[in-house]
Amino acid sequence: MNEAVEAAPSADSGGKTKKLTEAVIRIAGNSQDGIQAIGGFLARLAGRSEQEVMTFMTIPSTISGGPSIFQVRIGTGEVLSAGDEADVLLAFYQHSYENHIASLKPGGIVLFDSDHVEPKPEFEKNYRHVGVPISSLTVEAIGGTARDKGKNIFTLGLVAKTFHLDVPKLTKLIGERFAGKQESILNNALTAFHAGYGYSLGDLLETFAFAESQKRDGTQVVMNGNEALAFGLITAGVRFGAGYPITPWSDVMEILRRELPKYGGMFIQCEDEIASVSMALGASYAGRVAVTGSSGPGISLKTEAIGWAVMGEIPLIICDIQRGGPSTGLPTNVEQSDLNIAVGGGHGDSPRVVVAASDVEDCFYTAIEAVNIARKYSVPVFILSDQAIATRIEAFAEPKLETLFQDISPDLSPVPTHKPYDLTVADGVTRHVAPGTRIESGKYPIVTGLEHDEMGHPTGSPKLHVQMVAKRRRKLQTLASTIEIPKVYGGDEGKVLLVGWGSTKGPIREAVDRARAAGDSVSSLHIRHINPLPNGLETIFKKFTHVLVVEMNDEGLYGSGQFATILRARYCDPKIRSITKTDGLTFKIREILERAAPYVQGEAANV
Amino acid sequence: MSATSMETPRQTTVAGAAPAAPFDRKPLTKKDLAADQPTWCPGCGDFSVLALYFKLIEKRKLWHERITTVAGIGCSSRFPYFVQGHGVHFIHGRALPFASGVSLARPDLHVFAFGGDGDAFSIGGNHFNHTARKNIKMTYVVMDNWVYGLTKKQTSPTSPIGFKSKTDQWGALDRPINPMKQAISAGATFVARTTHTNPSHVLQMMEAAMDHDGFSFIECLSECVEFYEGAFDASNPRKGGAFNLVPEDHDVTNEMAAYKLADVGFPGHFGVFYKSSQPTKNANEAKVSAKLREKVAGLKDWQILQKNFDLLK
Repeated sequence: MNEAVEAAPSADSGGKTKKLTEAVIRIAGNSQDGIQAIGGFLARLAGRSEQEVMTFMTIPSTISGGPSIFQVRIGTGEVLSAGDEADVLLAFYQHSYENHIASLKPGGIVLFDSDHVEPKPEFEKNYRHVGVPISSLTVEAIGGTARDKGKNIFTLGLVAKTFHLDVPKLTKLIGERFAGKQESILNNALTAFHAGYGYSLGDLLETFAFAESQKRDGTQVVMNGNEALAFGLITAGVRFGAGYPITPWSDVMEILRRELPKYGGMFIQCEDEIASVSMALGASYAGRVAVTGSSGPGISLKTEAIGWAVMGEIPLIICDIQRGGPSTGLPTNVEQSDLNIAVGGGHGDSPRVVVAASDVEDCFYTAIEAVNIARKYSVPVFILSDQAIATRIEAFAEPKLETLFQDISPDLSPVPTHKPYDLTVADGVTRHVAPGTRIESGKYPIVTGLEHDEMGHPTGSPKLHVQMVAKRRRKLQTLASTIEIPKVYGGDEGKVLLVGWGSTKGPIREAVDRARAAGDSVSSLHIRHINPLPNGLETIFKKFTHVLVVEMNDEGLYGSGQFATILRARYCDPKIRSITKTDGLTFKIREILERAAPYVQGEAANV
Repeated sequence: MSATSMETPRQTTVAGAAPAAPFDRKPLTKKDLAADQPTWCPGCGDFSVLALYFKLIEKRKLWHERITTVAGIGCSSRFPYFVQGHGVHFIHGRALPFASGVSLARPDLHVFAFGGDGDAFSIGGNHFNHTARKNIKMTYVVMDNWVYGLTKKQTSPTSPIGFKSKTDQWGALDRPINPMKQAISAGATFVARTTHTNPSHVLQMMEAAMDHDGFSFIECLSECVEFYEGAFDASNPRKGGAFNLVPEDHDVTNEMAAYKLADVGFPGHFGVFYKSSQPTKNANEAKVSAKLREKVAGLKDWQILQKNFDLLK
């Protein structure tokens, strides 16, 4: 806990109240204990209290049961990652206690359910132990058995007391959560909450309070990355989607299935991944840019149809919520190892667009940008997200929906003539004309996966193949020229530039902050346009001695991660090197700094 | 959504779905409909299906912009190139999910999918089952020639046992798929069988299929003169065979009777085997949407999402 202000006497307890700028709380239990709910309440409360918040969770890839954690970091300043180390560990079971105590900072507080946890002397030396019979107190408060729900809400009350959280806001949130359910359920929840809140820890523990946050303009919304992505697609005007369930993509399709009909659209659950991408392409062809998506193996299955979309020049959005691979891999862990398949998956030369969202808020805006690129360039666009962004909750400034909402209904007005693959267009960008459009010349286009002439009719002409391949490439080069170069974070020049893409943005920035605070020359550059890359990155790279690409995938046969390999190929610059990892967890700040240290300290050879 | 909204349930009669022409337009003729010269071998049965598709459009006064022709991969799947109108040549086996996307997104269009036995029953077999059970509004004509023609004579899923191909030089070993049984058991709501040698019957089946509100499937025997000559002679009276119509007393709404009819050995019967009235996927989805839209009546699109956001604060 970062203690910003000196200890002040608490008004309502015998102990002291310390003021904090931020705190990291890790809740460890089993997946059926509702610990995600505690985390969700805390995150939402932070959002309503103008605080920054970021969460991190793990769930077992079993159907029910198994250890699960939820970590929430709340701060009054900028919160960029879920935090390396916890200030407080809430442990429900012995295994939660033993497996997660190491995640605490030295001297951190472990608040444990003394009905289930037997403290160990070796841990008691290094961490402050506070035992509360959570299970039995919950039973006492609301009846039932300890296995029943309720102890999560009791614990929430305990946390609320310890951190001086806003009780009226929290009880309002609990009310909203159980709205529409039986009254007794809400009453039980509130009873459990107040029992937890009213439990006296006596002198065992002081209490804490968050410092006043800086006033923000406007309100915040709190959601996870999959929600932000789905809502971004709706805002962009997408009204048709098709998919097949797979973790962690399923949430997106569930949300769209539930929401799209409200807008007159629909989301179809298909028999498989291939049908999903095909059906989405059918709807896109019919005039509505449609969405499909998946994770891991599902993306592999879609690649043939995506190649068709490149060839046929039909817009499409493909969401890839990356997880650990290959094959079934690590379904509930994070990895950034689908970059290669997004950029180059499939046979033949099939240039497509790949954009990567860097945090929850960015999922919303990336979705809108992706749709607009797909429409403008008649091209399939991958949105890369990952398990970490998909499941974590963040608060961000509420988007102005009224101005952002797009209507992308097809224009079916008659046209005099239409060439779907007009080669006379210098930048290669041609627009799709949907069926239903009358073409007055009486000559209608065929959209096809065969190499074709300007009307879409098949050709074996070597010359036309050369021209069409170039056309499909050229339009992406046109797009590249419009992409703004991202801004460098930290100093514009120096020793080490950390380059990231996707969900590593937060930890990388925090690593830069920490390094610069220590006087080290470290900056970062976050790239969201993966394919095509923006032009001019070399002017940035030139100003640094080392360029280290931080990504969650393997260093490969030749020592470079997937994005690093692309950058090395693009810039032929040997100073581009990799910091990779494959443990299925997000980068810790410490890990980045340790791996960058040889370059920062000048031990690594310059090239 | 716009004028092409998905929120309007598809009109139940196909003829009704074609809007009145805004001005006096002459019905399309073969000349207006023919595009590329077909690349099929002389004598191929597919010519007949193409000619009858033109005739259907002409007779039913459909306009170019009201139809969409979709196909996968195979000889017969070259179909869209030969038709002047919005057309799609998709990937192997996936014409049905693609056509489903068109159909669901655009209730104003007539969606026709064409393909062969490999596309329908081998690589795309699962899509056939699911498109049928979902009852997605479209007409699917499978030109069944019992052989892979485009790749030059390999065994197809409908090749009879003993058929000698390049992949079964000693004769096909696997029991063939019976397209009629497959369609009936998958839940198709319109199942018919015809043959390219009887043009008026092909047209009759196409018209009935087009008028069916749901997934309408036609198996059209279409001889491959190059790799399976004479396959269907037993169904062709000019070759000494018998063209037997579905018996007049056959109850097309009786699934078991249809299945029995499908079990009759070659040349079997021709006509509508099965037809039932079930809600289409298109109508079901429109119903879901209409119901949910009642709850957001009067709100602009952005205000609908704003309601979600207000709960996320």
